[in-house]
Amino acid sequence: MNQEFRKIARDGLWDNNIVFSQSIGLCPLLAVTGTATNGLGMGLATAAVMVVCNVLISHGRALIPPEIRIPIFVVLIAMVVTLVDMVMNAWLHEMHKVLGLFIPLIVTNCAILGRVEAFASRRPLAQSAADGLMMGLGFTLALVVLGAAREIVGAGTLFADAALLMGDSFAWLETVVIDPYRGFLLMALPPGGFLMLGFILAGKKLIDRRLAARQQRAMPIGDSLAENS
Amino acid sequence: MSRRLPALRLVQPDSQVQAIMGQVMLALVPATAFGLFLFGLPAMFLFAVTVLAALGFEGICLSLAGKPVRATLLDGSAVLTGWLIAMTLPPWAPWWIGVVGSGLAIVVGKQVFGGLGQNIFNPAMLARVALLVSFPLEMTTWVDPAPPLSPGAPAWFDSLAITFGASGVPDGVTGATLIGHIKTEFSQGRRLGEALVSGDYGALKSFLGWIRGSMGETSAALLLLGGIWMIRRKLITWHIPVAMLLTVAVLASLFALIDGDRYPGPLFHLFSGALMLAAFFIATDYVTSPSSPVGQLIFGAGCGLIVFVIRTWGGYPEGVGFAVLLMNAMTPTIDHYVRPRIYGRDRKGRPLDLPAGNDG
Repeated sequence: MNQEFRKIARDGLWDNNIVFSQSIGLCPLLAVTGTATNGLGMGLATAAVMVVCNVLISHGRALIPPEIRIPIFVVLIAMVVTLVDMVMNAWLHEMHKVLGLFIPLIVTNCAILGRVEAFASRRPLAQSAADGLMMGLGFTLALVVLGAAREIVGAGTLFADAALLMGDSFAWLETVVIDPYRGFLLMALPPGGFLMLGFILAGKKLIDRRLAARQQRAMPIGDSLAENS
Repeated sequence: MSRRLPALRLVQPDSQVQAIMGQVMLALVPATAFGLFLFGLPAMFLFAVTVLAALGFEGICLSLAGKPVRATLLDGSAVLTGWLIAMTLPPWAPWWIGVVGSGLAIVVGKQVFGGLGQNIFNPAMLARVALLVSFPLEMTTWVDPAPPLSPGAPAWFDSLAITFGASGVPDGVTGATLIGHIKTEFSQGRRLGEALVSGDYGALKSFLGWIRGSMGETSAALLLLGGIWMIRRKLITWHIPVAMLLTVAVLASLFALIDGDRYPGPLFHLFSGALMLAAFFIATDYVTSPSSPVGQLIFGAGCGLIVFVIRTWGGYPEGVGFAVLLMNAMTPTIDHYVRPRIYGRDRKGRPLDLPAGNDG
């Protein structure tokens, strides 16, 4: 049981990360990651949608006829996204103004439909909730990492306007990394998103390769043979 | 040489690449020397920094990729890339512009694709466009020609301060390039005649290059000289440069005939900006241009068309970088549709009818 949840967490955050491994959901990723704050907001909104959708669909999976499951998923996801949109508009109004266009578009994020179809529609409630949470957090991680990298290189700051967008309690996040900095506009523009994502993906591959090599070394010869066979 | 073991020759620089790169650099020498003379010490510092940075980034990338570092560095391709970037930079730009440009060209433009021969876009133009988009102020600060020992030339320490210090270019010695100037004048509703007079335009001056502009782009005459020498040495064929220059010249003549008050003539276009440098040294890059002669004609004409359109109606005064990059992106398509016919087959690759089955 515990093992299963640990695997779900590991898949969501790293091994099967929506962005870094599955390379899906790239549209919101590239669109909003001009700054780390925007990435964090978008990531958390998406994570919330994923958890609620996974729970709803896992709970009702016995009632959903397989022939029309996709329209049902879409309607459910659209409903949840509308709720999140309204909630953000009410309580995170400044952030909603920045991300406004992209919040309704969470409904088209293939990652959500993908998790619902691949996981929640055939697994029990608790596992589905955990999967939604971990995949959502993994997506948030990707958005924050990419947003932070672009923001540092592009403007020399980190989590700029966090207090304005998310409330005063987040003011401690705001940092000026490089001062004074001329700004590197390319990184704030869409091509910078593609470039930085490419470098980050390459970095992830490098880390994975190092980890695999270390595991190989640590493993006794008998085990490694058994694994290869 | 004779005492070397034969096996060691495997890690020697590719002699053919080295020979070609060397001759291209030789063809660039007159225009470069003139540019360095025209803009003095700060230009020389920037040139050195840019070329050294290109070598440095190439070395780092090669060692990360586990490829032979020394042999590939010596093939001259990184030096040439750095050299070309330096030629397209404003001559008194700060040192970090050269370093960032070299980094973009070598890392993003060349090595992530797999190194020499694998890149889709011309590294030098990619760097130039990325710099222009990112640092519009530094990339459009043009100084008056100030050869060493002339009254306006900065002394040794002032030159160091211009390139490496935080002070930057002193005001009062800068101005717009000609194509930038007439663009501004047009936007204020002036006619071409007035704009050319206020911009102090002379066709001969532009041709020789005693004007404001990028470090190595001002002298159309010396670039033309180097280009023709390269064609005579069979380093490049005439197709791309002629198609590109001719397209610009024909379009410029046509529009100048229609409305001479709003469209500058062909000589103005040919001798301004980066056109001459790009036509001979950048668009002709083997890696990023089509391989067949017809394809090269299409490629050159496309570059010329985009240059003219951007210069005439676009937001930027100069469009050579964008034109070359856009046509680089078209190169695989051109190469796909314009292919030489295979012997014994028709253009679609089907075997030809045998003479027996032919009426004629």
